[in-house]
Parts: sequence; structure tokens; C-alpha cells
Amino acid sequence: MSFRLLPAVAVLAVFAAALAALFRWSLLEFVPGSLQPGGLTLANFRAVLAPQYVGAIRDTVVLSALTTVLTLVCAYPVAYALARTASRRVRSLILVLTLAPFFTGAIVRTYAWVLVLGNTVVTWPVPMLFTERGVLVGLVHFSMPTMILILAAALSHIDPVYERAAASLGASPAHVFRRVTLPLSMPGIVSGGLIVFAWTLSAFPTPELLGGGKVKMIANVVKDLGLDSFNWPGAAAFALLALALTLALLTLVGRLSSDRAA
Amino acid sequence: MLRLAVVLLLAFMTLPTVVVVAVSFNPTAILSFPPAGLSLRWYANVLTYPQFQRAALNSVLVTGMAVALALPAGTLAALALERGRLRGRHVWAALFLSPLVVPGVAAGLGFLILAAALGLLRSRAVLVAAHVALVLPFVVRSVWVSVRNLDPALERAAASLGATPWRAFRRVTLPLLRPGLFAGLLFAVVVSLNEFVVSLFISNRVTEILPVAMFTYVVNYTDPTIAALSSLFIAATFVVVWLADRYLDLGRVFLRR
Repeated sequence: MSFRLLPAVAVLAVFAAALAALFRWSLLEFVPGSLQPGGLTLANFRAVLAPQYVGAIRDTVVLSALTTVLTLVCAYPVAYALARTASRRVRSLILVLTLAPFFTGAIVRTYAWVLVLGNTVVTWPVPMLFTERGVLVGLVHFSMPTMILILAAALSHIDPVYERAAASLGASPAHVFRRVTLPLSMPGIVSGGLIVFAWTLSAFPTPELLGGGKVKMIANVVKDLGLDSFNWPGAAAFALLALALTLALLTLVGRLSSDRAA
Repeated sequence: MLRLAVVLLLAFMTLPTVVVVAVSFNPTAILSFPPAGLSLRWYANVLTYPQFQRAALNSVLVTGMAVALALPAGTLAALALERGRLRGRHVWAALFLSPLVVPGVAAGLGFLILAAALGLLRSRAVLVAAHVALVLPFVVRSVWVSVRNLDPALERAAASLGATPWRAFRRVTLPLLRPGLFAGLLFAVVVSLNEFVVSLFISNRVTEILPVAMFTYVVNYTDPTIAALSSLFIAATFVVVWLADRYLDLGRVFLRR
């Protein structure tokens, strides 16, 4: 091992120690009213599947799946325009508008949606703030920059010659899109979809502020248990569930992209 | 059709920003859009609210220290990844990027438990340690791209002309790595300044950084103060992204042309 790796390895070692502490505490017994844990137990993992929490896990998966599909549909046209425009100015404009929310930070973005969904701008026909609908809008907005960048990268690899060839052979624009562009961009769709799904599974500020305590996703349960009830062992078990789901999905992304490379 | 869809979707992306900026000039505490008049009272409130002043100072301290540690550590790691005689290069690369994929609540709770065990709950050191790990992937990735484009012959030329290894590094390698270092610095600063979830777990009223203070304020108050602070954040971000696009050509960073 090169000595040049040492500083970075030291940083990672601290990070690993934090995760090890999390893992250890997930196996310790929670003693209500005390920050000192009891002996070894698997009760925290059994509690994850208790009826009051299964709803949060189900909501998390459903909201993440809906977010992924809606984000794909909304991001595709923007990514297509970004990858295909000939004008450097249009490209810069789209990139800056796409990336700015990416750089603005979760709290600012989520607070902005509190204003928009809270009947400040328009009066919504159905309640939006503090409902799953509102959380969904916030999550889609949150995922758009990532998805746009991944799809645009995939689309910019496709040689426009294929599309022109299909068109010159008489295919309508819709046909060209369905039979040429869409299949060729499938790698981007799959990895973008999986990455957004994995990210949304552990989303925190969006459901916390837009859900107003009425919509709970896995990360909100971790915060409730860990910071409000001081049940660190229980929170640790939930946090590990989020970590395991994320790692499983990202391993799948890696597997799929290395298959393609081979 | 496509053009209309793109314009509408970009409007969806931009809408919250526009609303925040408009509301920040609202003269009354009751939110209305469009604002009934123009007032800077919420900006005055941002600048004079003691908790925001303290949090802003904490943000500068934590980000400053984290970036000062992550930039050299990440640069050395990137050099080793590309140049070192290293076995399992891909495993190392994956390891350095791994803090990116750990959910914020998992890392945050882990650091909280670790800090409690070490008796560091009241210290900024835990925040700095967490931020270093969270920005390291961005530094390694940005600098690695520059190292890959670096021709080793240039350093050999410097050495053959009599430069010591340190002098060759300082006068040849570092200047050539400047774009990667600059991009890494930019990402690290932006990510650290905006980090929220992990910091929420490991800070208190004394050590909390700006996003955590903003979150607490949003949960407890409804007046447009946060809109004013957000507008300042947004303005700063737009300047940074615009500068980055101008000098780094973001299209080249994110798209292969």
C-alpha cells in the first residue's frame, strides 16, 4: 500500500468506526429512560417488522417507486434537450437551471416547496402540504437533477446518425423514439432509476418537512427513535435496514453496468 | 412539443426558487404571493438573529477545517490510485467513494453513538470528522480525472533537468492538477455547506451549522426569515454554478461530447 493513501484511509477508518458503532448498538438491548444499553439481543430487528413500523416501510417503498417513475418521465425530455442541443447557450442555461437546485441544499429546496404546496402561491383543489402527494412532488423535484445528468450522459453517447438513418428510412419521429432512441438509452434509464430509487429510500428532509409528521419514511423513523425517544438501538436497526436496501440496489447497478462493459 | 415540455419542466425545477425569492421581500409575517409590497425586514432579521450568526460561524469553521483536511488527503489518494503500485485499485476507488452511498441517517446515528462513546458530543471535532469523510469522494473523483490526463513525461522532464522530486511536484504536477483541485474544492465546499442530515444528529444549539439552524427555525416559526436566508443561499449558489460553468465548462464534466 502506498503511503500516499494513508490520510484518506485514516478518514475512512473514522467513518468505518461510526458504522461499526451503529452495527454494535443495533444488537444491544434498549433500556427505556437510559442511554446505557443492556445485553446482546435481536429484539431491535424484530421491532423493525412490528405493525406500527411496517406502514412506514411500505410507504417508503411505494413513495420511492412512484418517485422513480415520475422522475424518469419528467427528466427524459430535459435530458434529451440537454444532450442534443447544438447551442452552447441553451446547454448552459439548462445545465445551470438543472444544477442550481442540486447545489442549493436540501433545506432551502424543501422550504421552498412548503411555501408552494402550502397554498401561498395558488390554492390547491386538494390538500398538498403534509400529505403523501406533497411529499411525492418534493421527492420528484429533489431527484430531477441526478436523473437528468445520468440520462443526458447516456443520451450523449448515442450517435444521432442512428436516429437520422431511421427517419430517412421512413420512420415517424414517435417511431424513431420508440424503436431507436429509447432502447439505446436503456442503460441510463436502468442505472438512473435504480440510483434515484436507492436515494429516495433514505430521503429525510423532504418527508420530514413536507410530511409534517403525518408521512413517515424509514429515515424519519430513525430520527424519531434516535433523537426524540433516545432509543439508539432501535434507531440503529432501522438505519441498518436503510443501509442494506441502498447497498443491495447499488450493487445491482454495479453488476448491470459491468455486465454491459464485458 | 418537446420544446414546450422542456420549458414547462424547467419551470417546475425553478418554481420553488422563484417563490422563495418573491416571498423573502414580503412586508408582513403572513405569507402571500405575489407579495403585497417590498420590504427588507426579513433580511435584517436574518443578519441580526443571534442563532444564525452563531450557526454561520460554525458553518465557516466546520467547512473550512473539513475542506482543509479533505483536499490534501483526497489529492494524495487520487495520485496513489493512478500512479501507485497498488493492488486492488478498483477496490480502493470504491472504498473512497463509499461514504456517498451510506444513507445520511445511518452515518449520522453512527457518528452520534461514536461521539457519545468518546465523550465528544459537545465538540465540533465530530462534525469536522464526518464532513471530511462526506466530501472526500468528491475531491478524490475530481482530482483523479486531472491526474489521469497528466502526462508523466512532463515530470520526468523536470527531474532530468535537475529538479528534486518535491520541486517537480510543486512546479509541474500541482499547476497541471489545478482544474481538478479547483473542481474538488468547489464540490467539497458546496457539499459541506449544505450538509444537513448527518450534522443534525451530531450537533447541538452551540455547534450546529447553518442548515441545521434553518431546519429548526422552519419547524418552529412560519415567518419569511428563512425565505430571506434561502434567497441569500440561492444567490450565492447561482454565482458559484455560473462561475463553474464559465471556467470549468460543466458540460465537459458531466457529458461526454
